[in-house]
Amino acid sequence: MDDNLGYLFAAFAVTWLAIAGYLLYVGQQVKTLRDEVRMLEDGDDAVR
Amino acid sequence: MMQRNPAGRSDTLVQGLGLLTVAVLTLGIFMAFVYAPTDRDQGDAQRIFYIHVPMAWLAYLAMGVVLVGSVGYMWKRSERMDRLARSSAELGFLFTTLVLITGSLWGRPIWNTWWQWEARLTTTLVLWFIFIGYFMVRAYAGDRERGARYAAVLGIIGAIDVPIIHQSVKWWRTLHPEPIVLDTGGPNLPDSMLATLVVCFIGFTLLYAYLLVQKTRVEWARDMLAERELTALLSPATDATDRRVAGSVTHEVSGAAED
Repeated sequence: MDDNLGYLFAAFAVTWLAIAGYLLYVGQQVKTLRDEVRMLEDGDDAVR
Repeated sequence: MMQRNPAGRSDTLVQGLGLLTVAVLTLGIFMAFVYAPTDRDQGDAQRIFYIHVPMAWLAYLAMGVVLVGSVGYMWKRSERMDRLARSSAELGFLFTTLVLITGSLWGRPIWNTWWQWEARLTTTLVLWFIFIGYFMVRAYAGDRERGARYAAVLGIIGAIDVPIIHQSVKWWRTLHPEPIVLDTGGPNLPDSMLATLVVCFIGFTLLYAYLLVQKTRVEWARDMLAERELTALLSPATDATDRRVAGSVTHEVSGAAED
């Protein structure tokens, strides 16, 4: 087994974990903000 | 006046872009591990190149988009361009971090060191600090418009680092290999490796586009909430529902500002 395989897998793992983490972070932000905007619009409709 | 989110109408397109990104990146990973031959000198560590080089390209691309957004903001004071610039800056930070980490993981087995203070690595680290500075000036400017203006100036000046990074291996004697794809004499690697690299380039560029769209949506929603907060402050709430709505907006925007 090539000694360099560990570095190769570490590089791929770090990259994909970082990208997956960022996707989750942005996805959560999108969901939270969309829900909040919808709630505010519903609140405005109720006031009217 | 509040606007409808223009991105909201293009959900199908964005989902399509996401699926295409997954498909191309899956093919890229397959090619990197199975199709591309093992390098005779570097062994398997050379395969890091298939993510390291696209990460470097995305760091450049992200800074280029920050430049475009910053110029657009300074010229037209367009909120849209500011959103584009700050969304791309966040991605630029992510990809510059990854290019430094993957480069280090390649350097350890090949150069026998995690880090060298040589031109390419140092100028890339400078780019990383520029992205950090971009968010720091926004956070500490005090006022939102002033923060956007300071960040735009930094975005324009900081973009000068990109051609310096790219040319550093030619201008100075460095450990880092010279460009092998954007070489003046054409790509300097076997066809199978070049094909793998091209697929990875396309896949990661699609990923950048997908993330940029998603992040711009988040920034749009934040701006919308900030606008609501201003409206609520200018028109004091007169009943319980109005107070609840105004309080909720203030809470959300404060939370977003702390992120």
